[in-house]
Amino acid sequence: MASVETNAAAAAHVEEHDHHEELSFIRKYIFSEDHKVIAKQYMFSGVFWAIIGASLSILFRLQLGFPNLNLEWLRPILGNWIDDSGKLDKEFYLALVTMHGTIMVFFVLTAGLSGTFSNFLIPLQVGARDMASGFLNMLSYWFFFLSSVIMFGSLFIETGPASGGWVIYPPLSALPQAMSGSGLGMSLWLISMALFIVSQLLGGINYITTVINLRTRGMSFSKMPLTIWAFLLTAVLGLISFPVLLSAALLLIFDRSMGTSFYLSEIYIGGEALPNVGGSPILFQHLFWFLGHPEVYIVLLPALGITSEIIATNSRKPIFGYRAMIASMIGIAFLAFIVWAHHMFVTGMNPFLGSIFMFLTLIIAVPSAVKAFNYITTLWRGNIVFTPAMLFSIGLVSFFISGGLTGIILGNSALDIQLHDTYFVVAHFHLVMGAASAFGFLAGVYHWFPKFFGRMMNKTLGYIHFWFTFVGIYLVFFPMHYIGIAGFPRRYYSFTSYEAFRTFGDLNMFVSIAAIFTFAAQFLFLWNFFYSIFRGRKAPQNPWRSNTLEWTTPVNPGHGNWPGEIPAVYRWPYDYSKPGANDDFIPQNVPYSQTPESNLPHENALIALEKEIEAQNYNDQFKQPH
Amino acid sequence: MVYVVGLLSLVFLVLAILVLTRLTSILKGVNAGDTTEEIERIGGTGNRVNAFLFIGFFVVGAIAVAWSFLHARQYFLPEASSPHGRHTDGLFWLVMAIITIAFVVTNALLFFFAYKYQYRKGHKATYYPENHKLELIWTVIPAVVMALLVFTGWRAWRDITSEAPENALNIEIVGRQFNWEMRYPGVDNNKLGNYNYKLIDANNVIGLDLEDEASFDDVTTSTEMHIPVNRPVLLKIRARDVLHSVFIPHMRVKMDAVPGMPTRFWFIADKTTDEMRNETGNPDFKYEIACTEVCGQGHFSMRTTLVVEDEESYNKWMAQQKPWLTKNPDYLARVPDKLKAKAAKYIPADAGAQAPSDSTAAPAEEGAGAAPSAALR
Repeated sequence: MASVETNAAAAAHVEEHDHHEELSFIRKYIFSEDHKVIAKQYMFSGVFWAIIGASLSILFRLQLGFPNLNLEWLRPILGNWIDDSGKLDKEFYLALVTMHGTIMVFFVLTAGLSGTFSNFLIPLQVGARDMASGFLNMLSYWFFFLSSVIMFGSLFIETGPASGGWVIYPPLSALPQAMSGSGLGMSLWLISMALFIVSQLLGGINYITTVINLRTRGMSFSKMPLTIWAFLLTAVLGLISFPVLLSAALLLIFDRSMGTSFYLSEIYIGGEALPNVGGSPILFQHLFWFLGHPEVYIVLLPALGITSEIIATNSRKPIFGYRAMIASMIGIAFLAFIVWAHHMFVTGMNPFLGSIFMFLTLIIAVPSAVKAFNYITTLWRGNIVFTPAMLFSIGLVSFFISGGLTGIILGNSALDIQLHDTYFVVAHFHLVMGAASAFGFLAGVYHWFPKFFGRMMNKTLGYIHFWFTFVGIYLVFFPMHYIGIAGFPRRYYSFTSYEAFRTFGDLNMFVSIAAIFTFAAQFLFLWNFFYSIFRGRKAPQNPWRSNTLEWTTPVNPGHGNWPGEIPAVYRWPYDYSKPGANDDFIPQNVPYSQTPESNLPHENALIALEKEIEAQNYNDQFKQPH
Repeated sequence: MVYVVGLLSLVFLVLAILVLTRLTSILKGVNAGDTTEEIERIGGTGNRVNAFLFIGFFVVGAIAVAWSFLHARQYFLPEASSPHGRHTDGLFWLVMAIITIAFVVTNALLFFFAYKYQYRKGHKATYYPENHKLELIWTVIPAVVMALLVFTGWRAWRDITSEAPENALNIEIVGRQFNWEMRYPGVDNNKLGNYNYKLIDANNVIGLDLEDEASFDDVTTSTEMHIPVNRPVLLKIRARDVLHSVFIPHMRVKMDAVPGMPTRFWFIADKTTDEMRNETGNPDFKYEIACTEVCGQGHFSMRTTLVVEDEESYNKWMAQQKPWLTKNPDYLARVPDKLKAKAAKYIPADAGAQAPSDSTAAPAEEGAGAAPSAALR
């Protein structure tokens, strides 16, 4: 095992650089600048938010599945949000939907997923001591924390949290007269999101800088793991699109508080005609979706990156079409910016624009299809080990395909007329973006748990968790397509007012039961997660026999990640089951000169370059004067 | 429907029991060999069970999908009553067929490969990092299919969003929290009069502008919309307060109502309400208009019915409707002097005598300064 030898050699000439004094508890665990601690902070925050966000969805699923159920027993928690007849308040229903969306999209799948794994894996997989700026990284988390506190606080105010849908379309979100949630709740939402965006930008700048500048010797872009490619592109997407959301939010704040008319025009509400003229609600939608659509990929790309790594490792095969994977991710990232108006086909936007955006939207199916085919081909003739992480990755691919395919229907503007804002849309994006990204998060936690905490999670519980969740999610969202094809609009408190939407009452009940079941299954994970942190089996150094650099660090990596020198990188990260090799994996830090038996002809030529790689002046912060 | 739920629950239960029973047996095995190296245990029973479950999931899932689809089918895409609706329905099922094939094939391969290539001790995976020919093929095939779909979809979209025919009946529909207001151009000049949101008050709920003589004969209603069969109808869509969206499920009509930006959608209804009653076998069938853009707490109940009837009944209904001005004679005070003579025709005889003289009864003048603002037709 070449990797272990090199690592042992490195560990031999021990911590000579370790002249840092021991940090206080607060600097070490709370206001920490260490990327691993910050990653864990993001992870715990993400898990906390996921529990809140999912609980909210259970509340409104109760209303949808059992419209006649008496919810009086929830009064101790919800107080007057339960009305006199023992049912959910109608505006509070909308608040639940809004907060579920906001929390899941931004706080769980953006901050929780990217924040955890970009922070944790970028330095470990590119071979850096830490992020480019530990201080900005810490700021990034604490801005997120502040934003979280405000958003959480808004759940408890008397007029209720923001309620106009997670897309907060004005004028509804701009006018407190229109609904009570558009008062203080909306103000808090906007403040919280502004801070959240600051946090994302600080984080994103750091991720990009680290990947570009702090790669170890030999870690060229063409040798980077796909996880890092995904995180890099995600950060670029966020850096370009989040400021647009900030500007949209700022203009909305002006409209709400300073009497401007960016989004308001010709409105008569609450018995008076407002003075605002000349604004356009459509402008807000353009600005919002300019973030909103890339946001889908901000959420999805890290999950796809994580999956690429896990599928290759556990199939014991190189990822199929490494370069095609990178190209398709770049293609998706680019196209993500020019498809936003497919959310707006029936908003009154010029139909000609609709045609253009339909064309661009359906193009994005091509790189997505390439990715799906590549994952499937990676499994072909593999030697597949079903770790819980691998199960979740395969589940992700299935969701990505199933949810992505219905996008072909929704991206077609003529077909979108009937399906726009129905449950078909809800089912589509929950599968392709919600469930797929959540599976990316879970797969990542199972896979890198040994690196996070130096312990293993219970495999059997992981299996049960996977099967219950996988089956549960399909049972929730597959029938939801049926409800959508029947024309049921989303964000409806109840379907009893319409004859056209009276059918499917029992199917809605079924969906709710499946949702409750799936939610309950997550407690298996939570138990496994927290129990294993303290009592899990001690992890070996490289439990999945993986090639990437993070597994060359000690089981519990300390400050600076590697006790000795940072390893140099000689090969790509996917040399699994190479013909001629003794073992079925060759880590990235094993030089070609040590593996003459398995080298391909062009790789023998690379042996000459090894000296050059080793002599490179690399970015080890420990080697720099400070 | 009960069957669908029953079947899916059954599937659910079977899978759950399957997982539990198989996994408890492994649990014992796992606990026994806790100290052995991770690598030694990867080929254990757990691996085989998971591989088997993928195949099981696919087979049971495929049956459940097919079964539930056939049973839920009756509720899908409620009978279309407009030509463009039938066209997009056809496209929908075409695309659905294509993606169902892709769905089944890719998921089958995914789960089958997972099963077939499960870990075997001493076996080595095939080192197969790329194949440019294969990659080219599966890039080109989706691209070609997408191009065809875009083309057919674009043609349908172009036709649906084209200008309404000359003979189209113009009807205005205005969304407000939480109902729809309809306005017809009236029987005399077939033109919708101007409006101005600053003229809105408790009676004049859509801000009818009486300085425009075309508005004198306009008819408003907020209970139901009547339209003639087989004649193009152009909906002129507005919103009074926040965003709404006109959704007529059976007509495949959906368009947002935007404050400050009138939108439009034209369609032809080719089945009367009565015909639909026969066709669906439901004697109480009604076309309905719903809201699909969240607009506040009453969003889910912004229901209005739509009556599609033959030209004759429609004309009869129209003739019975009184112009808005006739119902609100007080507003004659708003009519400019030079048009008063024309407007007087719409004032009922009993009210006409006192209305013009009694200026205190006329609505307050708060809207007077707003006249030049954007009042588009």
